Amino acid sequence: MSQVTSRLISRVILPYRREDAGAPPSLHADYRSTMLRAPRLAPLAIPATLTEVTGPDHAWARLMGPAMADLTVQHRGEPQGQRIVVAGLVLDEQARPVPDTVIEIWQANAAGRYIHSRDDWPAPLDPNFTGVGRVITDAEGRYRFVSIRPGAYPWGNHKNAWRPAHIHLSLLGPAFATRLVTQMYFPDDPLIEIDPIANAVPMPYRQRLVARFDIGTTVPNWALGYRFDIVLKGRDQTPFEEEHDDH
Amino acid sequence: MTTDLEALNAAPRLDNQDPTLFGQTPSQTVGPFFHYGLPWKGGADLVGRSDLGARPDLMPPEHFLLATSGVSGAPQGEVIEIAGGIYDGQGTPLNDVMVEIWHANAAGRYASDEDGREEVPLDPHFVGFGRGATDANGIWRFRTIRPGRVPGPGNTLQAPHIALSVLGRGLLKRLATRLYFADGEGNGDDPILALVPPERRDTLIARRRPDGVWWLDIVLQGENETVFFDL
Ligand SMILES: [Fe+2]
Repeated sequence: MSQVTSRLISRVILPYRREDAGAPPSLHADYRSTMLRAPRLAPLAIPATLTEVTGPDHAWARLMGPAMADLTVQHRGEPQGQRIVVAGLVLDEQARPVPDTVIEIWQANAAGRYIHSRDDWPAPLDPNFTGVGRVITDAEGRYRFVSIRPGAYPWGNHKNAWRPAHIHLSLLGPAFATRLVTQMYFPDDPLIEIDPIANAVPMPYRQRLVARFDIGTTVPNWALGYRFDIVLKGRDQTPFEEEHDDH
Repeated sequence: MTTDLEALNAAPRLDNQDPTLFGQTPSQTVGPFFHYGLPWKGGADLVGRSDLGARPDLMPPEHFLLATSGVSGAPQGEVIEIAGGIYDGQGTPLNDVMVEIWHANAAGRYASDEDGREEVPLDPHFVGFGRGATDANGIWRFRTIRPGRVPGPGNTLQAPHIALSVLGRGLLKRLATRLYFADGEGNGDDPILALVPPERRDTLIARRRPDGVWWLDIVLQGENETVFFDL
């Protein structure tokens, strides 16, 4: 391929959309830790280059390792708690599936305790539960994992602060621009309404983070089912092409 | 007549499945406890097999279930170490945050479907993605290779650079920035650096210390605040 052709290909960059109205601000004073960590200056908008529209696609097995889709079978016995299935789709903003992408998962145990040395509130650890997993979307963007429902836990944000039950989810998506870390909440949890982290997302968009109980995902005599779709930044359909008047 | 109980479902409500709410899933913080869930052993070493990047000191050993290094061989290029501190608005180093890197191989090609320039070679031993937690002193550190140049908008060529993501407790969303090299070819006409106000460009430029490490401090807030990008 000639140098000229190579340059032409490189010039057609289809950008990803910028964040939408549901994105939280960096600074949300009710979430105290943002006060000294949120940048004071607005982020600088840059045009998408090859750097932003590429990403380590298909490399999850070399990086994170193979799937660990059942968080209840990682130790000698079964963990305590309500067994759950979480399933859904990973989509882009045009509702097209995002296939072969990794979702990393971590969560507290049924008592609301993390297997982390800095989590020392007086709730029991469960030797049979680590709370870490990983799933890969299939060709239709579907994923599914098995776990136990995490408990709520107290934190130091303010007096009598409690985090609603949640599962942490991390996605790379197809590009550097689509990186997303989020938290999934449960539909019957009154703590969501008073949680500063969930409420950093303005209403009604906060409710995008609330899974739906679904009898169809529920497995008879075995586990409750929840549906949670994850929508990554999408790209507009038509590539922006520059004038090729210099060759 | 009895209810068809098997056909009953819970009433829908305003939630994740509501079509009127369809759109980008909002970002949330990784929180302080991501260490047993995200940074694998060797995640911050793109060159050889080591434990760099992980924090196994923060959990019982039987609960470190993350992967170990998947590096398959030595990648082409000059091996470099990049590192720095991460500081909040009071200058406190942050030992509970995480950095990810993404960059091209030594020839200037991204290991990604989206980079289809077949005339620039891929490197079978180089993915270009890394992840590492800050250590107990708030220092982030990667071992990788020095990237080649990649195209920018139009006919421009970008100076060698590494894309960085910063995630952590107190960060509601990923902060995206870049690392350039002080002696990088093309820094003077890099199309992205050119958009950065001149007095702030230094916040993106790593300098080589006497021990050979390319050092870049990341300041989240206040004086010398790092330039973060809206992608
Ligand atoms: Fe959490």
